[in-house]
Amino acid sequence: MSLNVVQPGMLTLLTDAGRLGQHRIGLTTGGPMDRQAFLWANRLCGNDLNATALEVSIGGLVLEAGVDTTLAVTGADLPLSINRRSAERWRTHQIRAGDRIELGFARRGLRACLAVAGGFAVPPCFGSTATVVREGIGGLDGQGSALKAGDQLPCQAHPQHPQWQLPEAARPEYGQAVTVRVIPGYQQAAFDPVQQAVFFSSPYTVSKHCDRMGYRLEGAAVQSELRGMLSEGICLGAIQIPADGQPIVLLQDRQTIGGYPKIGAALSLDLDALTQLAPGGQVRFAAISMAEAHNALLLARCRFQAIALQAPAPGG
Amino acid sequence: MMLRIEGAGENALMVYFGAETSPALSAQVQQAARLMEALLGPHLVDMVPSYASLLVIFDGFSCDHLQVRRLIRTTLEPALTQPETQAHACSRVVELPVWYGTEAGPDLEALSVRAGLTPEAVIDIHQSGEYRVYAIGFAPGFAYLGQVDERIAAPRLATPRLKVPRGAVAIADRQTAVYPAVSPGGWNLIGLCPTRMFNPDQEPVMPVSVGDVVRFHAISRDEFLARGGELP
Repeated sequence: MSLNVVQPGMLTLLTDAGRLGQHRIGLTTGGPMDRQAFLWANRLCGNDLNATALEVSIGGLVLEAGVDTTLAVTGADLPLSINRRSAERWRTHQIRAGDRIELGFARRGLRACLAVAGGFAVPPCFGSTATVVREGIGGLDGQGSALKAGDQLPCQAHPQHPQWQLPEAARPEYGQAVTVRVIPGYQQAAFDPVQQAVFFSSPYTVSKHCDRMGYRLEGAAVQSELRGMLSEGICLGAIQIPADGQPIVLLQDRQTIGGYPKIGAALSLDLDALTQLAPGGQVRFAAISMAEAHNALLLARCRFQAIALQAPAPGG
Repeated sequence: MMLRIEGAGENALMVYFGAETSPALSAQVQQAARLMEALLGPHLVDMVPSYASLLVIFDGFSCDHLQVRRLIRTTLEPALTQPETQAHACSRVVELPVWYGTEAGPDLEALSVRAGLTPEAVIDIHQSGEYRVYAIGFAPGFAYLGQVDERIAAPRLATPRLKVPRGAVAIADRQTAVYPAVSPGGWNLIGLCPTRMFNPDQEPVMPVSVGDVVRFHAISRDEFLARGGELP
């Protein structure tokens, strides 16, 4: 029983929430770039929040159902159709074997998430199904392959399944500009107050070098006083500033160690919106304390739990 | 000793043990990693031990940076032994065979010229060293080994190669490594090693861990092939 890939789209990856505890052999975490979209897709389908779903970058995915099931698409604003009839995102849809599910190309945002009831049944690789193409790990074949035409994505049959939608007010909107909160850390002391002021007050533009490893930005150059440092561990969201002064926000598929100075790390919550930006998107940074970061994370978790799903309008 | 602790991210702290590359500091990082694992238990998400630092990633919902800082100050710091006394404690020695030469290592010639040595001398110096695994990262199974004898140290290539073969034995500055998989890379290639540095289908996945000692020894092209080496 499976959903079958007719067209894989630009870049579609099977992923769970990410691969943890494997940094010591050099494996990165992987996982969804827009974590919020991923969590909502799974919650709508009644899944464990670590269930394996699809991250669809840019779009172009066409699936044919080989099973009766329920699915939900969240994240980037892209046209979704089921049997060529337009269907709403941020809600579940009952699917019958033979149905054709098409995701067009993103109009706002960059990455959508497609979850299926029960999750895709893919064997984990180093504790996770997250596909990391660069490492050749995870995914359907365990070798880090993105989806290909003809792939069969195993999932359970769910002929009857509760249907839900996320209230409209709770659905995120994807814009062209994002403010990323940053917890100063790492080598921040090597950036003098003027350089920090430049970093936190200048607008930056997403360059064409933006992928699952990192988003390279362009704008006012930031210089550190540091000349050479030993390679060290890189956490999610770390903001690395190489000699050219242009910041790179390191993301889910980042290298685990590196030797460039870092001014701090982005709050993970803001990476959702950042990674929905295409080249040309605008980014500003705002400094927050560790305590403020903790408050924001707790609030986001409480809010996620407090939002009640609704029964979808019939027909939708 | 007083460790330096910096925030890294919302659920991560960096612990700095010093600022130089030395087996003694590296051993201390190893000791600290083992202690942190026991201290944090289920709150620990991941760790990245490196040359002279340890990145500690914790579950930010079950504990916080204040708690982790306190554990480091009150329990980890006092428990760390002096680096000098344990530089070589618990180091495993791993032997890696290398087919050296200009066919296997396209940068051997240039590196020799730069060093003012013959290729044979460069090979001799490389295989007479003992290297410590200081860090693993960059790519799965990529082990940073040091320190390379200053006489054969060489800067990275001005233009990195788009494709370095699996098993390539390489030098960059005073570090050496064996590429675990085909990848782009800017290190100077001097030979090929038939031992798989990262194999997901094997247990253990890697022949080395951080803190181990690596020795290289020369083998012939035929031995390289006999040991399962693949020509690039």
